[in-house]
Amino acid sequence: MTGDRRLKLGGFAVVLVIALALPFLFGAYQVGQFTLVLCYAIAVLGLNLLVGYGGLISLGHGAFFALGAYTSAILIDKADVAPLATVPVAAAVCFAAGLLLGLPALRIRGLYLALVTLAVAIAVPQLIKRFDALTGGTQGLNVPRPTTPSWVPLADDQFLYFLTLAFAIVMFVLAANLVRGRIGRALAAMRESEAAAKATGVNLARLKTGAFAVSALYAGVGGSLYVFSIGFVAPESFTLTISFAFLAAVVVGGLGTIGGAIFGALFIEFVPVYASDVNEALAGVIYGAVLIAFMFALRDGVMGLLRQIAQALTTKEGRDERETAVRLAGGDRRRGAAPSGGMRA
Amino acid sequence: MERLIQTLVDGVATGSLYGALALAVVLIFRTSGIVNFAQGEMAMFSTFVAWGLLEAGLPVGLAILATLGLSLLGGMVIERVLMRPFEGGDHLTLAIVTLGLFILVNSGAGWIWGFENRSFPSIFPDDTIGVGGVDVPLESVGIVVLLLAVVGVLYLFFQRTKLGLALRAVSVNPESSRLSGISVGRTLMVGWGIAALVGALAGALIAPRLFLDVNFMGGVLIYSFAAATLGGFDSPLGAIVGGWIIGVTEDLATTYVDFIGSDLKILVPLVIILVVLLVRPAGLFGTREVTRV
Amino acid sequence: MIVAAVLLLAAGCGRDEGGEKSPGITKTEIKLGGSYPFSGPASAYKSIADGAKAYFDLVNSKGGLNGRKIKFVTLDDAYEPPRAVQNARRLVEEEKVFALFNTLGTPNNLAIWDYTNQKKVPQAFVATGASDWGADPDKHPWTIGWQPDYVTEARTYADYLKENKPNAKVAVLYQNDGFGKNLLGGFEKAIGGSGIKVVAKEGYEVTDPTIASQISKLAASGADTFLNVTTPKFSAQAIAAIAKSDWKPLHILNNVGASKTLVLTPAGLDNAKGIISTTYFKDPDDPKWANDGAMREYKATLKRFSPRSNPNDPFHVYGWGAAQTMVTALKNMKEPTREAFMDAARHLDETPPILLPGIEVKTGDGDGYPIEAMQIQRFNGQRWELQGKVVSAEH
Repeated sequence: MTGDRRLKLGGFAVVLVIALALPFLFGAYQVGQFTLVLCYAIAVLGLNLLVGYGGLISLGHGAFFALGAYTSAILIDKADVAPLATVPVAAAVCFAAGLLLGLPALRIRGLYLALVTLAVAIAVPQLIKRFDALTGGTQGLNVPRPTTPSWVPLADDQFLYFLTLAFAIVMFVLAANLVRGRIGRALAAMRESEAAAKATGVNLARLKTGAFAVSALYAGVGGSLYVFSIGFVAPESFTLTISFAFLAAVVVGGLGTIGGAIFGALFIEFVPVYASDVNEALAGVIYGAVLIAFMFALRDGVMGLLRQIAQALTTKEGRDERETAVRLAGGDRRRGAAPSGGMRA
Repeated sequence: MERLIQTLVDGVATGSLYGALALAVVLIFRTSGIVNFAQGEMAMFSTFVAWGLLEAGLPVGLAILATLGLSLLGGMVIERVLMRPFEGGDHLTLAIVTLGLFILVNSGAGWIWGFENRSFPSIFPDDTIGVGGVDVPLESVGIVVLLLAVVGVLYLFFQRTKLGLALRAVSVNPESSRLSGISVGRTLMVGWGIAALVGALAGALIAPRLFLDVNFMGGVLIYSFAAATLGGFDSPLGAIVGGWIIGVTEDLATTYVDFIGSDLKILVPLVIILVVLLVRPAGLFGTREVTRV
Repeated sequence: MIVAAVLLLAAGCGRDEGGEKSPGITKTEIKLGGSYPFSGPASAYKSIADGAKAYFDLVNSKGGLNGRKIKFVTLDDAYEPPRAVQNARRLVEEEKVFALFNTLGTPNNLAIWDYTNQKKVPQAFVATGASDWGADPDKHPWTIGWQPDYVTEARTYADYLKENKPNAKVAVLYQNDGFGKNLLGGFEKAIGGSGIKVVAKEGYEVTDPTIASQISKLAASGADTFLNVTTPKFSAQAIAAIAKSDWKPLHILNNVGASKTLVLTPAGLDNAKGIISTTYFKDPDDPKWANDGAMREYKATLKRFSPRSNPNDPFHVYGWGAAQTMVTALKNMKEPTREAFMDAARHLDETPPILLPGIEVKTGDGDGYPIEAMQIQRFNGQRWELQGKVVSAEH
């Protein structure tokens, strides 16, 4: 549908323009926040590939984020590697680790798989502490932030932002291509029914381990860029909280969407800060309540909402669809049906 | 040798605590087929309510009984308001909702009662009996007996009562149950209510030892999940036995295996989860799942 | 010569203007920034911020410092290092604070100290007892601690044992992180060469639900002394577990876990009888200070500006004391600049009255540890009682 495609490209263009303009509109602190949003968005995108497209639940995404972060941090701190060079290494390390985690996923399903990934997420800070000669243990590792090369007329924070943005664009484009192609269709088939997918010749084993590996790779890249931004890693930075946050981001942004990763990342970066500003004690209450509210009202996340708005506004079909949906909604609300398959952006 | 037996006794004592919460986890699973990540926080909240009643002057027994009743109602309300709209939905949405509930309840409790440590009285006497050089706290014995009694009551409930039968039917096949005239919604409510009640009981059993604060269930939860996995997610007895095995294994591992220091102690339940799910997903006492193609 | 004179004149003019040289300080206001765990698992420590704010309120109510009122902007970091980093940036770059004060938590301070030192922003009187803050004045001159660090504390215990139980067999329970390892390491070093021996060590993680099995193992070690290096929740568990067992060692409890409100009351005041710990400031609960001027001022101010706070919570006094040192350094600075402030902070010689008599806040060239003395206290079943004299344990 070219109309749909045009909408998507249009949306992407708008977001890109905004993204390019941001560092010139805000001060260093906010630009730093947006840079973090990009790091998170990359990680969330990876998780969405696994969870949204592939239907495999992972509560351990933070583990790969940490792995990527520490890989970069250790290489920079102990081996004096140039920061940019550490990103592909982190990606590769996480890819391998993801393959490893994909193996149990072959035999374990659904919420049991969630449990295993939860276990991995819990183990990671402990392992970091255990191998403290390498990781710095609880003292953590301070990593100098990359500074602007002299020939670039940008402030440090702006340069770092654009660097991160470049990576983000590449990762997003790669993901979009992935899901539009054969693999995306195979993932969707697997999510709907594993048995049926198998019957049509999908190699489930390779798909599953591949999905874990790729999602881990994304987390690794995100983690690596995160280190440039924050400049410090410690076990306390990678507790269960961040794994939960990534999962929340996937859902808030929109399961099975590419663009949702941005909104999810914005959510997990800004909501805790603003909630704290409103009331420090109630920050968690606000966060949890917003999460649940999204599940009630915006099942398809922000992307779903945007899509509905866009369709309703632009096409006659969209308007008719909306009216029908409203009528049907009355009878079908209690079923709580899962979002339908297929690819959306 | 004494050291070994003492380790076993300590392991069973700690494992009982894991098993107590695991019971609640298992009950939710038997009812709705989901793993409730907020189970620990709900139990914590109930325990705080009990504490509040104690502060208001109620005697221990009465306070706990009242809390059990309130938790029963609370669980029913949560099912009706929060979980009902998502029943039958995909696992991810449910996971997110329970996760959101986890965060909400945890922060809410912190806002209401603050983050400080409190003591919570035990319903068992404080003494320790020495059995041949090994210290056995009466409290631990009491907890074991009580938990086994609860398992027994649950067994009778599920096997011998109409409501129990309805719960079993609904968890297996909601559609057929509805067609048979069972009110699925009401049954689910009861299931959650009972689970919340058991959770509150677990809280009352665990709090004396761990001290009551907003985060005291946080560490226990993963152990309880491990216990439920090991025992079988739909087996109450499995939850308790699983808890004991985990408690004992962990204690033995940290005592006799040098490589596992305090930092890697958490690997014990985690490895158990992984191994069980790979080798025998139904756990020790659970029923095997069969997927029809 | 002429150049020097001109510069001096310029400097002099700068001072009268109220200093636009450093951000965060104007003729009417000094802006300070703090990052604390107001939410999350460590939020029991937020009473420190309340205590500090109360002191600043007191100073402001008396007209401020040279007419400048202190504004203390605090942000929540939930004890997460990345949030501490962002808070630091927000405070420095958005709020444009003059200095960061009393940031809480070792990892959080480690996360920001490269940043603050790079930006030349004072990271003053941080709320952690890690030795890092005093040990590294060359690479991180803008960072300084306040409380006696864990090594000083450990030495105080070692000295106490050397005097009272020279052949003690010590079993240690320690939190397996920087805090626990720092104290344990300091203790092991301090007892080197003496008759005191560590016969058993058990670590635990903050995520552990219970430390019952660790206590059981330590009890079986044959030790007659127990060194308890834990945070409040686990301190309480340890006290209760030992009370239930047959093991009756000499119980040494570290300062962080010695709060009567947070630890001893839940654990059972009777169970805590005989426990030894250390302190360096006056205990609001101690009748000895009931008529003490500093204590009365503290209690009155807290009641006035933070009426719902519990004055007996020692964390309030901690924040109060740190704020007092902060104000002293601000008063002492020769110019309203960050450099001058750090200079003042690194050349302190005060005896704030809220600290125990004999304990001073002193820094100088080569001495980056403001407080290096403590006094042993013993719990008598109802409250802490000071023992002996102030013990100085300088680095």
